[in-house]
Amino acid sequence: MRRLLRSGFSRRAALSAGAFLGLGGLALTSSPASAEDHSGHQATKSTHGGHGAGSMGVVGTVDYARNGFDPWTLATKFDYGKTSVDPDGRKVREWTLSAADQEIELAPGVLFPAWTFNGQVPGPALRCVEGERLRIRMINASAHEHSMHFHGIHAARMDGVPGAGMVAPGEEFTYEFDAKPFGCHLYHCHALPLKRHIHKGLYGVFIVDPDPALHPGEEALALPRLTGSPEHAQWQEFVMVMNGFDTNFDDENEFYAVNTTPFAYIERPLEIDRTRPVRVYLVNVTEFDPINSFHLHANFFNYYDHGTTLTPTLRTVDTVMQCQAQRGIIEFSFADHEPGLYMFHAHQSEFAELGWMSHFKVV
Amino acid sequence: MRRALQYVLPLALVAALVAILLYANPLERFTSAAPPVEEVKVERVVLDPNLIRLQVRADGSAPISIAQVQVDGAYRTFTIDPPGPIARLRTATIDIPYPWVSGEAHHIALLTSTGAIFEHTIEVAQATPAWHGDDLALLLLVGLVLGFAPVAAGLLFYPALKGLSDRALQFLLALTVGLLVYLFIDTLAEGFELGGEAVERLRARTLVIVSAAVTTGLLLAVGRRGGKAPEGIALAFYIALGIGLHNLGEGLVVGASLATGAAALATFLLVGFVIHNVSEGFGIAAPLFGAKPKLWMFVALASLAGLPAIVGTLVGAQSIGPYWTALCFGIGAGAILQVIIEVTALIARRSGSEALLSAPSLAGAMAGLAVMYATALLV
Repeated sequence: MRRLLRSGFSRRAALSAGAFLGLGGLALTSSPASAEDHSGHQATKSTHGGHGAGSMGVVGTVDYARNGFDPWTLATKFDYGKTSVDPDGRKVREWTLSAADQEIELAPGVLFPAWTFNGQVPGPALRCVEGERLRIRMINASAHEHSMHFHGIHAARMDGVPGAGMVAPGEEFTYEFDAKPFGCHLYHCHALPLKRHIHKGLYGVFIVDPDPALHPGEEALALPRLTGSPEHAQWQEFVMVMNGFDTNFDDENEFYAVNTTPFAYIERPLEIDRTRPVRVYLVNVTEFDPINSFHLHANFFNYYDHGTTLTPTLRTVDTVMQCQAQRGIIEFSFADHEPGLYMFHAHQSEFAELGWMSHFKVV
Repeated sequence: MRRALQYVLPLALVAALVAILLYANPLERFTSAAPPVEEVKVERVVLDPNLIRLQVRADGSAPISIAQVQVDGAYRTFTIDPPGPIARLRTATIDIPYPWVSGEAHHIALLTSTGAIFEHTIEVAQATPAWHGDDLALLLLVGLVLGFAPVAAGLLFYPALKGLSDRALQFLLALTVGLLVYLFIDTLAEGFELGGEAVERLRARTLVIVSAAVTTGLLLAVGRRGGKAPEGIALAFYIALGIGLHNLGEGLVVGASLATGAAALATFLLVGFVIHNVSEGFGIAAPLFGAKPKLWMFVALASLAGLPAIVGTLVGAQSIGPYWTALCFGIGAGAILQVIIEVTALIARRSGSEALLSAPSLAGAMAGLAVMYATALLV
């Protein structure tokens, strides 16, 4: 009898597309309230009468101090390395990165055995200027073989793939090449198996600012992208690495986010001064899913695919999608908007409801 | 003194061995890198307006923290009571405010602190019946139609038993054995299936066998406590008890099914179930030949066999855990086995042991099995 009563309904994986994501249908917790209401697991017996239909999101907050990194710093911090001038008068920029095995609190209460560059996921956002000589020394403090494979232009010896630039545990290697082409790029470990070495956290953003001197006639376009120029100073810049995490190792992501922590910018939105234009360095490293996307609410933006052009490759769009390792620069302004919370998220509802959901707080 | 030592020495040795395993931890080399073993089972689901309430049971090498909860592939806010990690084999209640949709499926995923996922599917969401008002009346009605009425109808065969020939009676008793053997198999199978849904460490499938064996033994001992096997009215009561326990389990399952939806099937199911249970009533009536039961006894027999279905439906609608339902089926199977033994013994006593393999007996037993199987197809 029970067999008949129960038959007819196929069991599906839990990752069915969410049914309730809509512009008006989201009842998101704002940051302070959700942090207090659901701090850790101290929540007591339900008083669901007051909850209505509840809300999307995670319960509790991540111990960012214990992790040693947080998504707000990740979004705004660039690592310019150490610069010097070589005997030929050429500018040299150097970094040292260390790969390590490190457990991180991925989402509130959920621990993940990550592999990290410099103890953070994503690794530091390395930023340089077109034409510089770059030296990236990688120390492997992990129990596994790793590498740094840069998306850029370089010799085969410097590719950071099996056979060229792999680093055994306890050893180190220095990758050396010229900073080109200008744009928004990335680096990641290229050890095998590739899927695991990427999704466990070994990746980061690699930004090459254009050198206006190399683009005669287009200096006015290049200068706002060059760190240190007066034209650049007015911009607010964010690094956004779209990533996912497979916590139970079934080759499907349990969490999606920008800069690792699901719903972090719901907990505390990224603040935007509306008098200043905004630039986002967007990189997709999401493993297992073919694409990821970025959608901005109530506004439109210009998009520079790979950041390798000085004029937009897409104009006036509010959604852009990227395959894995695809990246680009997004530029927009909230100058004509009223202050408030403006949403941005993956426009795969599934990803959004599994963590890739965020707010800008426009002030 | 020496005698005491004979008991103490082996026990002391065992205690020492356990202490070594616990404190010296000789297996650490093999297990230190492994994450804790975790298992979480959803044992109960209660659906109230805008609220999904789960009772979960945890099992693992360490207490399990339910860190986050997904409903339909989206993280949702929730509360857990008692708060904090769930100790081994303990339960906790998780409340998830959620605008669930009546008649549709919902998928729940519980994410533990280690990132492991435990899934549960609510196949057809439907508000859990309340313990009052129309819901209660409806459940009572279902229980009555399901359990009491058909058994009572089967008992009405009793007058027809009068004046039957010896061979005809032998056939009917063997028919009863056939009916009961079918119920025994069915009860065990249900018990095993539910046992598989419980947390592995509780060994609910083994429990089904153990509880069945213990119940059979106990009832045999009680039935024969005067040195004499139960016959006539007493035997009828034992059969009613066995069938009653079986129906309690069935009621639990039906109630749970009603609670989790699929109510559209209910009317169709009830028709089959009624026909099926009439044969159960007949099984109770068979050993009453020659006895002079009073009217109240028929009512009592029908109540004993049938009313547990009502209790089961009411309790099952509140969705009780598979462990307890499996135990219920185990006890039911044991009670049925006892009456199989006693009715078989009765046939042997009446007509000699060779009668057990005579044509009327074999025909009766086969017919009983076939009738039960055929009517079960209607369910």
